[in-house]
Amino acid sequence: MFDLARAAVEGALAAGAQYADARVVISKNQSIAVLNQEPQSIDQAEHAGVGVRALTGSAWGFYATSDLTTAAARRAGEQSAAISHASASVPGPDMPLADVAVTEGFYETPSDEDPFSIPISEKVDLLVAVTRTMQEVNGIALASGNLSFWDTNKWFVSSQGHRIHQHLVESGGGYDATALGENETQRRSYPQSFGQYETGGYETVRKWDYLGNAGRVAEEAAALLSAPELEEGEKSLILEGSQLALQIHESVGHAIELDRILGWEAAFAGTSHLDLENLHTHKYGSPLMNITADATLPGALGTFGYDDEGTAAQRVDIVKEGTWVGVLSGRDSASIAGLAPGGMVRADGYNRLPMVRMTNVGILPGDSSLEEIIADTKDGVYMATNRSWSIDDKRLNFQFGCEIGWEVKDGKLGRMVKNPTYTGITPRFWGQLDKLAGGDEWIHWGTPNCGKGQPMQVAHTGHSAAPGRFASVRLGVRA
Amino acid sequence: MSRTIEIAGHVLDHVGDRAEAEIVVSGGESALTRFANSFIHQNVADEGYEVALRVAVDGRVNAATTTSLESLDNFVDDTIGVASLQRVDEGWPGLTPPRDVVDPKHFDAATAAADPAERAGKVADFVAAGPGMRAAGYCETVGHDVAFVNTAGHRAFGRYTRASIDGIQQRNGAAGSGHATSQRIGDIDGGAVGSLAAQRANQGLDAFDLKPGEYEVVLAPECVATIAMFLSYYGFNGKHHAEGQSFADVGAKQFDASINLYDDATDSRALGVGFDAEGTPRQRLDLVSGGVVKGLAHDRRTAAKARVAPTGHGDPGSEVWGPLPTHVFLDGGDASVEEMIASVDRGLYVATFNYCRVLDPKALSVTGLTRNGTFMIENGKITGAVTNMRFTQSFVDALDQGRVHAIGDDARFADSEFGPGMMYVPSLHLEGWNFTGGAGG
Repeated sequence: MFDLARAAVEGALAAGAQYADARVVISKNQSIAVLNQEPQSIDQAEHAGVGVRALTGSAWGFYATSDLTTAAARRAGEQSAAISHASASVPGPDMPLADVAVTEGFYETPSDEDPFSIPISEKVDLLVAVTRTMQEVNGIALASGNLSFWDTNKWFVSSQGHRIHQHLVESGGGYDATALGENETQRRSYPQSFGQYETGGYETVRKWDYLGNAGRVAEEAAALLSAPELEEGEKSLILEGSQLALQIHESVGHAIELDRILGWEAAFAGTSHLDLENLHTHKYGSPLMNITADATLPGALGTFGYDDEGTAAQRVDIVKEGTWVGVLSGRDSASIAGLAPGGMVRADGYNRLPMVRMTNVGILPGDSSLEEIIADTKDGVYMATNRSWSIDDKRLNFQFGCEIGWEVKDGKLGRMVKNPTYTGITPRFWGQLDKLAGGDEWIHWGTPNCGKGQPMQVAHTGHSAAPGRFASVRLGVRA
Repeated sequence: MSRTIEIAGHVLDHVGDRAEAEIVVSGGESALTRFANSFIHQNVADEGYEVALRVAVDGRVNAATTTSLESLDNFVDDTIGVASLQRVDEGWPGLTPPRDVVDPKHFDAATAAADPAERAGKVADFVAAGPGMRAAGYCETVGHDVAFVNTAGHRAFGRYTRASIDGIQQRNGAAGSGHATSQRIGDIDGGAVGSLAAQRANQGLDAFDLKPGEYEVVLAPECVATIAMFLSYYGFNGKHHAEGQSFADVGAKQFDASINLYDDATDSRALGVGFDAEGTPRQRLDLVSGGVVKGLAHDRRTAAKARVAPTGHGDPGSEVWGPLPTHVFLDGGDASVEEMIASVDRGLYVATFNYCRVLDPKALSVTGLTRNGTFMIENGKITGAVTNMRFTQSFVDALDQGRVHAIGDDARFADSEFGPGMMYVPSLHLEGWNFTGGAGG
């Protein structure tokens, strides 16, 4: 496969590219969905092709083909250079590339059980059993479960001499129970909304004890129908770990993407409230806020050996004791900003242009626990599991809804509340972080559905988090 | 003969009589020229074919897709082999029998052949329309063939093209947007779209924070496209409806009498081919007529459960997400945007919505933000720009009886949050919209 990638690079260089790189990608995906004990879909997909990137002047040209012949690969390289040249009619400043170590390497996701070697029937049986358990609870109308697995091989070659092979394995899934009311639906999910995904094999599914939690999840969904609405007000907010992970994803992870800060995503994903002039001085949050982007975390969904332009995976400090100190970057964006490249450029398959993506952007653990946080809270609300998420194009103004909440009074969990929502402004909200759990409550949550770019690309990202408390948050916003 | 037909025929032959099978082969070239800070920075294209195969072996169903044409026979064998190990699918609706499929002729050879220079020219026109501004966006062209065959003897073939330009102009913190989509790149006027974006950006200068609350609104087509998309996805989705998660009550008057919403892939303005991934011919489906809910979108599975005919919405993923109307038209009215604004004493004109998410699908309560143009209307005139606002609003309630004051004469393809070319809608003047937060929270 390296020969195909090399042919693509040579085609681009021969057609006048200043720099070129190519990825041959062969990936397979298996997705299984069960609803109310009946398989809804068993899908398997295999994508194979070569994508080549050529740089000329101010623009990347990119061309991809599913034709894995040497001639087609070379032609794709030539096309990528021609596309890059065409961009010169609307030119900008030259796009520089930061220097990185030219690497020849191999990386493979550590995994115990090849998820594709587990029979589909065993996976279906698990989901049927889980949905049966949920349906046994009165009031559950819909019980659904999903499992998905990815196996990806990439061969990367650059005109500077990179030659890297990676074999990545990702696994995960989850389930949810839905209760239907007169004019409402109430849902509970496990392990988190949209499921929990990690790098690794089928062991990542087994460890979550799907069956052991199904009854509780269903009972909570049914109970929500008769629970009172969360009243509007301003109180302490305690977030369960997976919701804090999504809060990090939306209000930190996207805001620190250097391509957004530089305006490259302005029309679609948006820009950022962050200004590079304030790097190392901007107060992002309270002193408890320590955020890293760490692509080396074992098992986390955003872990790999090298990014899609050949830069080795690394850990980068993003926020230290509340101060903004780092960004997510690639070779081009880092060079423009005068920063070291972070190895955070990835593509959604062979036929997409690599772009700045989150790796594992997470908060470092605190020294408390959920139990201690609740015990320390006089008047607040504990919210768990995301249900809705919305944030503006600068990643400032957000509103999240969770599946379930409980009032917290005088250090104890009180009654369950439904439709819990909270809203805030990013730096103000993070400045109110006053308690953070750690220990075994610190989990590498995975987000399998991060959309960005045009054409749209979906990335798999990781977000380590533990439960945390935020003071004086506006709660209970509704239509 | 299209390569897609050739590939589909090969797969069908290799399936033989081992299974019931339906095969969709799609392919061609997609290209997108992206610009930011007023220059082209990312310029991409890809070509290739994807084969989707769904088989049923004695009612045991499996589906698979591949882009690897070199190993199609193995792909077929594996797909059939895996199917034979599955549980019997009690809801397997069987294959579409042979039937006529009308080609809606949504193909333009010039668009299929558009090259990077032509797209760059559209971008140059957009950028030039905002002198001194920072422009960002994209120009895209797509030309695809789609071939369908199944073992019941049904065949269909179609080809379609799409061209879009979408972007913003930015000036001193203000931004305005513009969008156009058509089957034909010749219809795409980058300068006109860029001018509208520039006009909105200029009007957006010196924006102020407005106190949250309910305001009368005039919503531009991009906002209405998002409303129509959410109604379609969560409401007129036959699977959601069967599961009890939809607001839609067929036969009930749930909207203002002025609302006429339908899905029609055969409309001369629509995009795409004339059949779905199950081979069902697409046809006009009335969703709302005179405010009354008329119909739901169905694939073969949901149609069988509901004991109705499939409506041609069996698209990839519909078995999980449900059949979705994606060729939606909202009938235009006779009011110009200027007339709608002139009839508002105090309210807001909104250019686009951003990042809308459902709080509850059944009530269709949605939170989101305004973006790229939010303007104060006072005494029938735009008097200034407002910073982006957050709303939390039931999209069904917003179109309730008596709450639609006027429908615009400006219907066009507008970009919803789910992509271009799916919603052909006008501006709307609505009684109220519930804004729950301003830029400051």
